[in-house]
Amino acid sequence: MIESNDSLLDIEVQPSKLDIGYTSTILRSPTKPMILLKKSIAERTGPLFHDFNLGILDHDLTKNSVRNGEPIGERIVVHGTVRNEIGEPIPNTILEIWQANAAGRYVHKVDQHNAPLDPNFLGTGRCRTDEHGNYKFYTIKPGAYPWGNHHNAWRPNHIHFSLFGNQIISRLVTQMYFPGDPLLEYDPIYKAVKAKGRELLISKFDLDITEPNYALGYRFDIVLRGSQATPFENR
Amino acid sequence: MLQTPSQTVGPYFAYGLTPKQYGYDFKNLTTNILESVLEGKEIITIKGKIFDGENKVIPDAMIELWQNDGEHNFFGRFGTGSESDSHFAFQTIKPNSVDGQAPFVTLIVFMRGQLIHSYTRFYFSDETELNKQDLVLNSVPAERQNTIIAQKKDSCYEFNIYMQGENETVFFEV
Ligand SMILES: [Fe+2]
Repeated sequence: MIESNDSLLDIEVQPSKLDIGYTSTILRSPTKPMILLKKSIAERTGPLFHDFNLGILDHDLTKNSVRNGEPIGERIVVHGTVRNEIGEPIPNTILEIWQANAAGRYVHKVDQHNAPLDPNFLGTGRCRTDEHGNYKFYTIKPGAYPWGNHHNAWRPNHIHFSLFGNQIISRLVTQMYFPGDPLLEYDPIYKAVKAKGRELLISKFDLDITEPNYALGYRFDIVLRGSQATPFENR
Repeated sequence: MLQTPSQTVGPYFAYGLTPKQYGYDFKNLTTNILESVLEGKEIITIKGKIFDGENKVIPDAMIELWQNDGEHNFFGRFGTGSESDSHFAFQTIKPNSVDGQAPFVTLIVFMRGQLIHSYTRFYFSDETELNKQDLVLNSVPAERQNTIIAQKKDSCYEFNIYMQGENETVFFEV
């Protein structure tokens, strides 16, 4: 067994498991106390995907699924740095994203929202951070969409993110929002995050990364749990 | 630095995280099958369902599987929305015992209605001796230990996950 002094989940910024404003949590969140785990090699490591070959357009959602034209909507660049809790960049780590199209419709078959699908937009992509922990996606700004949580409930514009880091404890699934979105204050999923953590989920408009005559830029920096910037050596 | 807060995976992850399994035209990052053939290692199947607080099967969860005994590691992923009875299944090998502890496999559970994912692990019902002396298993209250032991049935191990209720699965703070 390897004793750990790694951080635990920061309960001052992370959402609670149960949040009655988000009604699906009521029957789906664990109710009994968590058991604190002594870490073994399995918790000190995680999947690294170093052998996984990214497609050359995987990071460009405006191009990776075109059929007969370009996707409709506002083209954007989303970039940022992935770090650990002590601020070290995490190089060579995979990010996955998925989102609705510009009309607020997901490709997923279960999404029955009455808004058009875009034949040239799948809405998913992935990339790897470079040696400085930086990543960059090109995509279309996602639309807002209604959902059944309560009367007249609408999700703010958002992009879903999935990250790994170097250990399974640094695994993160989250959502990136856009500055100034009036729906944020009505959204129980966003508001389930403690006040101290909420602004961390809102990207910042970034004129420096904005590409003239092409795409607006947004910066979304991400901090993963743990203090391990490079993979743990097995032996 | 402050940790980026977690948000739910939501109901529409399939075409992004498990595209091939659900029939979308995008390459998978991983699958539910350990694809490398390992000499002399028996392939085992883990199968189960996930239940909510009303004992209803959950058809829109995603399970990730991770195991690393220092010799072999495997990361798999499977959504519960592609099979008619909403089960998940993985094919892998049984990990070795490490430091005299019982072999186990970690599962990470994601779904709509979970603002943050849950970590659990399962042990193997046919490892009675090692299970008896396992430090983690023994840190779990005796009456809950059974919730994290996969039961050997015919050709596979069955491991059901109960989010709530009397048989609520043990989840770990890792
Ligand atoms: Fe969404």
